[in-house]
Amino acid sequence: MKSLRRFFTRLASLATRRAQDERLREEIEEHIALETAENLRAGLSPIEARRQAMLKFGGVEAMKQDYRADRGLPFIEDLVRDVRFALRMLRKSPGFTAVAVVTLAVAIGANAVVFGVLNALILRPLNVPQAESLWGIERGSDKAVNQSYPDYLDLRDRNRSFDDLAAYNVALAGLDTGNNPSSSWILEVTGNYFDALGIHPYLGRFFHGADEHGPNSAPYIVLTYAFWHSHFQDDRSVVGRTVQLNKHPFTILGVAPLEFRGTLLFVFPDFWVPLVNQEQVEGTNVLNARGNRSILMVLGHLKAGVTPLQAVADLNSIGSYLEKTYPKDDGQMTFSLTRPGLTGDWLGGPLRAFLSGLMLLAALILMAACANLGSLFAARASDRSREVALRLALGAGRLRVLRQLFTEAVLVSLIGGAFGLWGSVALLRGLSVWQPLPTAPLQVPVNPDANVYAVALLLSLASAFLFGVVPVRQVLHTDPYHVIKSGSTGTVGRRFTVRDLSLVAQIAICAVLVTSSLVAVRGLVRSLHSNFGFEPKNTLLVETALSMAGYSADRAPAMQKRMIDALESIPGVKSVGLVDRLPLYYGANSSDVFADKTTDLRPTNAAAEAMIYNISPEYFDAARTSLLAGRTLSWHDDKDAPRVAVVNREFAGKIFGSATDALGKYFKRRDGTRIQVVGIVEDGKYTSLAEDPQPAMFLPILQSPSTVVSLVVRSDGDPQQLAPAIKSAVQDLDAGLPFTLRTWNQELESALFPSRMATLSLGVLGVMGAMLSITGVFGMAAYSVSKRLRELGIRMALGAQRKEVLQAALGRAFKLLAFGSAAGLLLGILASRVLASIVYQATPRDPLVLSGVVLAMLLLGLLATWIPAQRALSIDPVILLREE
Amino acid sequence: MAGAMKQKTDVLQGTLALMVLKTLDVLGPLHGYGVARRIEQISGDLLAVNQGTLYPVLLKLEQEGAIASEWGASENNRRARFYRLTEEGRKQLQVETRDWEQTAAIIGRFFEAKAEDLS
Repeated sequence: MKSLRRFFTRLASLATRRAQDERLREEIEEHIALETAENLRAGLSPIEARRQAMLKFGGVEAMKQDYRADRGLPFIEDLVRDVRFALRMLRKSPGFTAVAVVTLAVAIGANAVVFGVLNALILRPLNVPQAESLWGIERGSDKAVNQSYPDYLDLRDRNRSFDDLAAYNVALAGLDTGNNPSSSWILEVTGNYFDALGIHPYLGRFFHGADEHGPNSAPYIVLTYAFWHSHFQDDRSVVGRTVQLNKHPFTILGVAPLEFRGTLLFVFPDFWVPLVNQEQVEGTNVLNARGNRSILMVLGHLKAGVTPLQAVADLNSIGSYLEKTYPKDDGQMTFSLTRPGLTGDWLGGPLRAFLSGLMLLAALILMAACANLGSLFAARASDRSREVALRLALGAGRLRVLRQLFTEAVLVSLIGGAFGLWGSVALLRGLSVWQPLPTAPLQVPVNPDANVYAVALLLSLASAFLFGVVPVRQVLHTDPYHVIKSGSTGTVGRRFTVRDLSLVAQIAICAVLVTSSLVAVRGLVRSLHSNFGFEPKNTLLVETALSMAGYSADRAPAMQKRMIDALESIPGVKSVGLVDRLPLYYGANSSDVFADKTTDLRPTNAAAEAMIYNISPEYFDAARTSLLAGRTLSWHDDKDAPRVAVVNREFAGKIFGSATDALGKYFKRRDGTRIQVVGIVEDGKYTSLAEDPQPAMFLPILQSPSTVVSLVVRSDGDPQQLAPAIKSAVQDLDAGLPFTLRTWNQELESALFPSRMATLSLGVLGVMGAMLSITGVFGMAAYSVSKRLRELGIRMALGAQRKEVLQAALGRAFKLLAFGSAAGLLLGILASRVLASIVYQATPRDPLVLSGVVLAMLLLGLLATWIPAQRALSIDPVILLREE
Repeated sequence: MAGAMKQKTDVLQGTLALMVLKTLDVLGPLHGYGVARRIEQISGDLLAVNQGTLYPVLLKLEQEGAIASEWGASENNRRARFYRLTEEGRKQLQVETRDWEQTAAIIGRFFEAKAEDLS
């Protein structure tokens, strides 16, 4: 209590330091005056009286120091003094300060941004109560998250580990609130979804498990807050209103709270509808198809006290029951748990790997920046060796001197960190509201939180200590006597110093960054020019789901034929092809296929898993997919004709051995139907640009109808000119059908998005690395030239040629550069293996990349040493030697 | 060596603090010089060479709230800082006096003790 009070008095006295010094001075004076008067009375001479008084009082300065130490808080006072001094020193050399602050701002900013993304997408859980006990269920060894609805019901009802299990699906639906059909991305969810997650309505009520009574029994809608705000203008009376969803009446039950935006981190739906109404939303339902694993994800909260391991054991015992009971449909039914926000390892895996790689590179950037600043600070400390020596000679402790230098380092680093954080927060905020793809409801919700700020602060302090520690040895070994006697110490011609080592490290790191960004850019360029198996140029896409206008699966084919005919009659249109889902677009379908002789059609006996595309006969023509052998499909391949398919080369090779063997042969699908191969087409890209060749089969749309429609319209010239005619043609057919119209290249943005983002971020880091190595080499070269001006002058006076001068001045810088680049290139080649999983064909063993890196580093070296070289060459020995 | 010196000062400061409190208790408000004189008169040469050491002690006591100070006029009519005991200081003095007396009594008994008392 007493000491606490004392602490506050001392803290307060920091402000009134001057007044208090004055008070003490007055007290001392008065004391001595009184004592002197006393001595005078005792008969001493005035001078002797004062002398005795002073003697008796004792050492004034020592006492003052004691007094001050007791009065305020010396630690804080020293700190304030150090900060003031550091600020003064930094103001004195604005160039140095600017370079240091910018370097740190860039490095810490890059780290804060990458960490912000990592934090938001990987570390931060979904925004639901008790998110730490919420898990999604993955199936099999390839960790698929999709399940079938009957399997979900079994998992939900038979498990003893979860409070409840909910499931959801992403779908596109047409909402009409009164003559304004528009398409929305929605989540189809099980009735217990909101209750299982523990979400409470903001307005109205949610639907519950008890509302479900079989297919289409729960026509209810729950709106997200954002959609309610944007489409219903916060109108509280929407609760209870009936709207048309795909031409079916649905009732709006309520609105979810603002902070709950569904169970996917990167897709924000507009509203939720019960999964039991799937038929009304998608045209068909899979509620009874045990083999159809089209439910996107099953998730739930673990019961209190149940560990994930126990839950997995519980699920696996249900799995083996399912395998035994439904051998035809349920193959490998083993389960594992995953964090639900990123649809498990399917997206989470590569994203985690990529972000960790990026974080590593960003950390390298910071290390490079620290190495850079370390050499700057070391150079500065040796320039200030005179000042340091003087202070040591005047009695300052070495620790005190070091503390001052560290204060300067921390100050620089905090200022840099603040700028960096400011920039990165702006960038992260921008990313959060950014909708990267026009065609998909993709979001990057990466708003910075307290973690990001803490990490930035921590990194600032850590880097301050990293680069602040470089000049420590120098200061500890300063001998004031020698320094003051002989001027600043020359380090010329010495063995490699710490400064050199840090420069090499820095250049190596930068070379790694340059290498990996070149590898990524090259991979992207290649992937843009690779063969997709179709030609996106000069095409427009009309995309819609006929179910949105109330077409059932059996009415869809007639409408599709009408659409194709209508579009084909537009002048300028070369061909029109129809496919249910485009390749390289999310929501690809695939299924097991079996050899013709296989009779036991359980999943484990499958010959391959093939992509499925349901197409109209003209699709290959419109998409420019070349036919290698056999025939394409025709309108005669309908329900009454024998089942046929066109397969790609990979399919033919995998199932029949070779393309020529495949023609005319049969394969089986899971339901036992035999399908004859009538044609072979080239391989293409189906799910991602980075994939290996995959088997694919193309089935006639009349034999396997679908209400999802993408029409590929190929034109002679610029497809955009046809847009108005296409629009009116579709509207003439059905005015109530919402659809989108885009070029295929626009559509492909989504497929290219990951590698674009990867290339962009790596490119930015590469540029940062290049900048850092320029400033690093420049700093080192400029410093060594300025230190050796006199020596170089003497050499020139003695007749050295330009070449020799340059060699003397910059030879070392170039040697270090070459050394660092070589090391970095080697490391970069090793690091690029990670890249190969994201960027298509990213290989560092590419002569173009290798020579590119060497060239880039050489260019950087030339750029960085240009000014110092000019300075060395322009030395006029006469002036220089006279000055000294 | 520095440690030993510090220890000595600490002991001195502790003793001095008690003396300052007692002096102010007996004589009422005094300026620094006055306090120094009284302590010198009573304790002999404790402050003979460095009266200055008194001031840090006064500061510490003031920060702890045991004494308060204000400006006043000294006997030769100059501005001087006068210190007086606060209520809290009086309590502190009582507590510390009792502690001292107890300690002194115990130490005293030890010094009077003979070999047979300790066996």
